[in-house]
Amino acid sequence: MAITTEPVAYVRTAPIAEQPPPMMARGWLAWMRENLFSSVGNTILTLIALYIIYLVVPPAIRFFFIDAVWTGSNREACLAANVGREVGACWAYVNAKLSYFVYGSYPWDDRWRVDIVFALGAFGIAWLLWLDAPKRGLGALYFFVIFPIAAFILLRGWPAIGLQRVDTSLWGGILVTLIVSIVGIVVSLPLGVLLALGRRSRLPLIRLACIIFIEVVRGVPLITVLFMANTMLPLFLPGNMSPDRLLRPLVGVALFASAYMAEVVRGGLQAIPKGQYEGAMSLGLGYWRMMRLIILPQALRIVIPGIVNTFIGLFKDTTLVSIVGIFDLIKTVEVTLVDPTWATPVTRLTGYAFAGVFYFICCYGMSRYSLAVERRLAAGQKR
Amino acid sequence: MAMATATERPAHLKPVSLKTDTAVEMIGVHKWYGEFHVLRDINLKVTRGERIVVCGPSGSGKSTMIRCINRLEEHQQGKIIVDGVELTNDLKRIDEIRRDVGMVFQHFNLFPHLTILENCTLAPIWVRKMPKKDAEEIAMHYLTRVKIPEQAHKYPGQLSGGQQQRVAIARSLCMSPKIMLFDEPTSALDPEMVKEVLDTMVSLAEEGMTMIVVTHEMGFARQVANRVIFMDAGQIVEMNTPDEFFKNPQHERTKLFLSQILH
Repeated sequence: MAITTEPVAYVRTAPIAEQPPPMMARGWLAWMRENLFSSVGNTILTLIALYIIYLVVPPAIRFFFIDAVWTGSNREACLAANVGREVGACWAYVNAKLSYFVYGSYPWDDRWRVDIVFALGAFGIAWLLWLDAPKRGLGALYFFVIFPIAAFILLRGWPAIGLQRVDTSLWGGILVTLIVSIVGIVVSLPLGVLLALGRRSRLPLIRLACIIFIEVVRGVPLITVLFMANTMLPLFLPGNMSPDRLLRPLVGVALFASAYMAEVVRGGLQAIPKGQYEGAMSLGLGYWRMMRLIILPQALRIVIPGIVNTFIGLFKDTTLVSIVGIFDLIKTVEVTLVDPTWATPVTRLTGYAFAGVFYFICCYGMSRYSLAVERRLAAGQKR
Repeated sequence: MAMATATERPAHLKPVSLKTDTAVEMIGVHKWYGEFHVLRDINLKVTRGERIVVCGPSGSGKSTMIRCINRLEEHQQGKIIVDGVELTNDLKRIDEIRRDVGMVFQHFNLFPHLTILENCTLAPIWVRKMPKKDAEEIAMHYLTRVKIPEQAHKYPGQLSGGQQQRVAIARSLCMSPKIMLFDEPTSALDPEMVKEVLDTMVSLAEEGMTMIVVTHEMGFARQVANRVIFMDAGQIVEMNTPDEFFKNPQHERTKLFLSQILH
């Protein structure tokens, strides 16, 4: 009983040549219909989204740009009564306080030293982040060894070579925010990797120590860690040695971030198949070489988003050091708010908006950079 | 005696004199996974230049056995002596043995973040302390031998399974091993690619490499093996020359197994 009229046997006689894909002719109108108005539900959502944009964006633009006051030497410039119209952001105030926001109370005459540190640091960061840069090994040496020493001497001062000593209690603003976050980032990644490896170690004592450290530090709020670092660190150190006031929260932030980093890295380590370990071991690579050459490069690549997430979190968490009396950017903004010269209804909003923009630029920059690195690594290792 | 010379030999020198004629010796080896007795009283002596094929049903312990030889698995009882050196918990000694024992895995286990060439030069550079240029020269030599020198700068993910397995063989050869272990090297390959890998292994056998191969490729066993070992339930059930093994199996379990796989 034949149910098919198709022939059973078939042999191809001529091969089919390769052809280009069909052209996708589509204008913006077709794009909109497809993506924004493809159904009743989507159309409603699109309209609601447009309405929200209408509610938020124009007033923001008016406040920050159109109604903003750009120049002036005191509060008079930013008062609605004097200007004769509604007043938006008082950028004149930010302009007047900018150098305090950047340097804190660092002595006027020595601020060039901070500028040099900024320039040296920017140079080092650019060298390291630019993946095609020449001599990146030297760049690492510069950034991780030479730069910290030079920065310490410049910022702290060294009377022997004519640099007057500046106590860390005078440091402040963006300077302190950058110091705390860069030290935190630079310390937390290697420390986190070690903790992650320790947590997966076969040696029970090391594993236990790492688990206890990670769980305790991760289990308490950063503020607690900062307070403990502030009051307990001097107790751990012998006799008259009292660690610097800025050093204490620095240690606290770095330890706190490394506990989080350890768990991120551990996630990456768990994603590496057993075969990679076995392949490396069967070639006679020892534990540390296997980790450094085979396992960690793959594991860290997997968790780049998590690592950057932790960096961004750390960067914003540095604002908490103001709790233990360190003048970071937010704290310097707050201090200027009580200055009667600039007391206006919009000062507070302007100050925080300025800080917000600063943090956003830094965090968004980190995020974009990590995306670029991910794309590049993915391209280098086409699958 | 033999051990002393083994620890003193500088790593970068190509291994010279042979301490004994025995490449691998397993004496009364037992192993348990928890309560499960995977290896039961394994006794096996492999002479230098010998090719051994190990077969058996899945779960019979054949992979576990050869993985004990380079200590990817730890045995709990008995003695394993590789190239005159006994395997103990001494990490230095384990690494030393692993240097001289190449292993090819079912799933290749190439390093996906390194190019083919880097896969091959990594161990010679870091373990044998070979200059990069020399290592690359040797790597290209072996890549040519396995007939894929043109893929040297690609990544493993861009190669077919058969090509990847040949790279894995070349990677092992770059360490100039004295013994090669193969753990089901063709089981994960498409049928069309099995032959190219087997051909590579045959040519290796023809050069006198000591090989222990876990495989179900009975054609390969017939062609190159000196001895075929049949394992079941963690024991060596039968061992013979390939001719006798296939023509005249003795044990009931062997007969059943062969009737299942040879049609």
